Amino acid sequence: MSEKSIVEIVTEWDIVTARQQGRNEAKAIGFTTVDQARIATAISELAKNIYLYASEGDIIIERLEENNRIGIAITAIDKGPGIANLQSVLEDSFSNSGSSSVGIPAVKRLMDKLEIESEVGKGTKVRIEKWLKR
Amino acid sequence: MGYLQVQYEKILSDYLKNQSEENLYIGQNYIRQLIQKNITPEEVINIHKQAVEQLHGTLPKYVEHAYDFLIEVMVHYGLKVKEHQSLLMKQEELRIEMDIATKIQNLMLKTNIPKLNQIDIGMVSVPVRKMNGDYVYFLQDDGHHVSVAVTDVVGKGVPAALCMSMVKYGLDTLEYANNNPSYVLEVLNRIIEKSVDDSMFVSLFYGRFDVENNIFTYGSAGHEPAFYYNAKESKFYDLESKGLLLGILPEVKYRQSEIHLNDGDFIIMLTDGVTEFRKLEELDSRQLIRDIVMKFKHLNAQQMCDELYKQILCYQNYQLEDDFTVVIMKK
Ligand SMILES: Nc1ncnc2c1ncn2[C@@H]1O[C@H](COP(=O)(O)OP(=O)(O)OP(=O)(O)O)[C@@H](O)[C@H]1O
Ligand SMILES: [Mg+2]
Repeated sequence: MSEKSIVEIVTEWDIVTARQQGRNEAKAIGFTTVDQARIATAISELAKNIYLYASEGDIIIERLEENNRIGIAITAIDKGPGIANLQSVLEDSFSNSGSSSVGIPAVKRLMDKLEIESEVGKGTKVRIEKWLKR
Repeated sequence: MGYLQVQYEKILSDYLKNQSEENLYIGQNYIRQLIQKNITPEEVINIHKQAVEQLHGTLPKYVEHAYDFLIEVMVHYGLKVKEHQSLLMKQEELRIEMDIATKIQNLMLKTNIPKLNQIDIGMVSVPVRKMNGDYVYFLQDDGHHVSVAVTDVVGKGVPAALCMSMVKYGLDTLEYANNNPSYVLEVLNRIIEKSVDDSMFVSLFYGRFDVENNIFTYGSAGHEPAFYYNAKESKFYDLESKGLLLGILPEVKYRQSEIHLNDGDFIIMLTDGVTEFRKLEELDSRQLIRDIVMKFKHLNAQQMCDELYKQILCYQNYQLEDDFTVVIMKK
């Protein structure tokens, strides 16, 4: 593992910065335009959740290298209110009906892997990974 | 992916040569493959972009960026579509569960119309939707009494169905058909008031027929008045009884009254689905029912119920607005 970059999410504009950083990294790793778009969208969702529900936190972007394959990992960490019912967050539902974003289940579809840890009152950590197809 | 890309390039280049219908048709069949393989919208646009680049040569930056923009926003669009599909699947699962629940409800609430020589009984109960909000239950002891409860649960769907099971088990617990209607209503009221949500009410008409003495005793909890037809006078009476709906207050007293039935007399018990027509508000529906029944009073109780249903359905243009239930007891 190498090359870590951290974007602090405090204002809505930081979401854009996080998207940009993630896209640059994804491009450097060699992801296709389509996958770059997917990775940027996933980062956008996680960053927006931090901004909306925890008010501040970090997006950490890193390059993955292991057994001759490479990929990208993004971790969203905050010390916000946490999520009480993780099970329901992972299911599709009409969360904010009519909202423009698409939520955690969609982020999972865009990536190869999603892990979520959360404790009420302590904070939330979501880690996502995507590997380069060869 | 490579194979799909090559195929698409071929189809697109054929189409660009001569914009024929045949090529469009081939294109449609190709899209079917994409759907089967779960190719997302952004992927499809990327395939198209690359095919155009392949056929045309490097695109002007302007056009290339326009494609990239479309790919970008389509990621989002694709997710929304996926979410929608997965919700539709969930809905389908719920529908299947609902069907099973309905079957169980019908089985649980099944009641048999008593067959006696001394009194002729008929019934029709038709739900508008899958789950019936009306419920009829007959009780019978060894030849002395036959009782009937006609109920209408205010509220629809699953909660109403569950409430109905409670009424049934309440009646089962009372066990004997010879209980006084006022007593039955008081007990049911207590059960429902305790256990049901505040927004759920039940109207119930309870009648008991004493087979040896030909006495019909009845009480009502906020239910549509029954009709009593006196054959000798050739006249209808409303069996009104102003009891409170079940489940509103804990300790309610209910009154009961009795009438003596002579040959040719009959009682019609019904729910408001029979008397309320939204489309024909000015119509006196109770008069209409009396008129219809007069025409068919020579038939047996079941045939009378069937005819009444047919005629009312016709008045409602064959579209019931509410669950329809009628029970006739004829001496
Ligand atoms: N970082 C977080 N801290 C606290 N709660 C969170 C966090 N992220 C998500 N949640 C909770 O989980 C729920 C689901 O999040 P998700 O992103 O899937 O959907 P949403 O944000 O409600 O709707 P959408 O993203 O579609 O607008 C949120 O409504 C919120 O209550
Ligand atoms: Mg969200």
